[in-house]
Amino acid sequence: MRFMMVVKATHDSENGVKPDPNMLEAMARYNEELARAGVLVAADGLHPTSSAIRISYPEPGGKPKVLDGPFTETKEIIAGFTLIEVKSREEAIEWAMRMPDPHGFGEGQIELRQVFELSELTQDPETLAQLNQIQEQVTRKPRS
Amino acid sequence: MNERNVHRVIDGIWRIESAKIIASLARMVRDVGLAEDLAQDSLIIALERWPETRIPDNPGAWLMTTAKRRAIDHLRRNKLRDRKYEELGWEIDRQREPDWDEALDDPIGDDLLRLIFTTCHPILSTDARVALTLRLLGGLTTEEIASAFLVPEATIAQRIVRAKRSLAAANVPFELPPKAELAARLSSVLEVIYLMFNEGYAASSGGSWIRPMLCSEALRLGRILAEIAPDEPEVHGLAALMEIQSSRFRARVGQDGEPILLLDQNRALWDHLLIRRGGAAISRAERLGKAFGPYLIQASIAACHARARTSSETDWVRISALYDALSQAAPSPVVELNRAVALSMAFGPAIGLEVLDTLMEEPSLKNYHLLPSVRGDFLMKLGRKTEACLAFKRAANLARNEKERVLLLKRAAECSAD
Repeated sequence: MRFMMVVKATHDSENGVKPDPNMLEAMARYNEELARAGVLVAADGLHPTSSAIRISYPEPGGKPKVLDGPFTETKEIIAGFTLIEVKSREEAIEWAMRMPDPHGFGEGQIELRQVFELSELTQDPETLAQLNQIQEQVTRKPRS
Repeated sequence: MNERNVHRVIDGIWRIESAKIIASLARMVRDVGLAEDLAQDSLIIALERWPETRIPDNPGAWLMTTAKRRAIDHLRRNKLRDRKYEELGWEIDRQREPDWDEALDDPIGDDLLRLIFTTCHPILSTDARVALTLRLLGGLTTEEIASAFLVPEATIAQRIVRAKRSLAAANVPFELPPKAELAARLSSVLEVIYLMFNEGYAASSGGSWIRPMLCSEALRLGRILAEIAPDEPEVHGLAALMEIQSSRFRARVGQDGEPILLLDQNRALWDHLLIRRGGAAISRAERLGKAFGPYLIQASIAACHARARTSSETDWVRISALYDALSQAAPSPVVELNRAVALSMAFGPAIGLEVLDTLMEEPSLKNYHLLPSVRGDFLMKLGRKTEACLAFKRAANLARNEKERVLLLKRAAECSAD
């Protein structure tokens, strides 16, 4: 099963302040450890929201509203993520506990989220039928 | 935290630490079976103690230290009162405040590598190698391994006990193979991992969703191996092959559990992250600048399919060339069969049929349903429908999987219909 460790933004990450070299080193060691355990799938950091846009739909069925960054509520902003593939939720928690404090100034926050698997989405036969129908409509299978 | 929760936390920690602990202990006591018992002791101590105290800040280091102390006790108790144990005893006493960051560095990687070379030792039967590797490297319980292979737990337990005994009896040293043996020993390791993967991969099309665990275990081992033996191109080749094959998991089984062939799969369902990882693994191997072995060639073929946005965009000329290379590097009738398919796609069914005709007398393919199935396909494309119909019927008779049989009979009916 896959889990995403989501690292939340801080004032520093949002203001483009470069992370502390010690923290960078700890993070690199941690990623190395994940790779050597065969659990690391992907890890990336995101640019601050000053270069982001937000698209919202304030009216149901209405036109989208586009808002330019930066956004202010740092605790809700994502600064980076690490995707791991593990055997159990407990293993994922243990790895998440070992991630270094991503900011170190009292603002560090990591969120652990499980990634949906197709089998979970398709437990219900009705949903399954619906999904397959959509697949058939959307995908045009080329025939040779 | 209540006791049940603590036990679950320990499960998670054990999954991460067990192989490293077993590998370190095996270097000390020179016996993987004993190393596992001692490691288990430290787990039992943790299970007893942690619910009452609390989980230590660095649980991995705690387990490792406890296990090493058990190993020292064992060595002291036993006859091995030689210089070796004096050295080890001195070392462990000196390390009252061990630097565990340092301990996570290369020596652990080397120990893990020694461990996998040992569990995949050629003196063991293939079944024994697979079971022992899942147990010692994967940290899987006997029960989990048994359910993955759909055999009784006792069978696996016995297989593992016997394997450990055989290794001890043959006095297999816990070390990296000497240079002269490296290639053969490495290929035994790769074979075990790929076998594990295929066992899971083949089963998942039979409608069973239990066995994909074998695929994820094999993939994990392949990824670990790529980190601890990064100079071997075939290691990356195998990792790449498994990454790309895993990317098709969601697309290869239809709504009713029927297998969907590669060219008919919905490519939107492929896991593009795994495809990218596979590509990256191939690049890592290429940068080593050594000759391509069979796994790397197969991975390159898989990557070729993965690159095509639709099946009609597949670069069959390149795939044919790769199959030519594969039939040189690892000749086998099954490779020839695949080469025939690639050639027919690149240059027309008549050329494919020529290659197939050389395989018709091949004894190892006598009962292989894909041979008449592919032949039927070529004949159909050449407009030889009566022969095609016979070939599909023959293939249906040989197919072992019920769903494949239905599919083949449908194709047979299609050729006789018009």
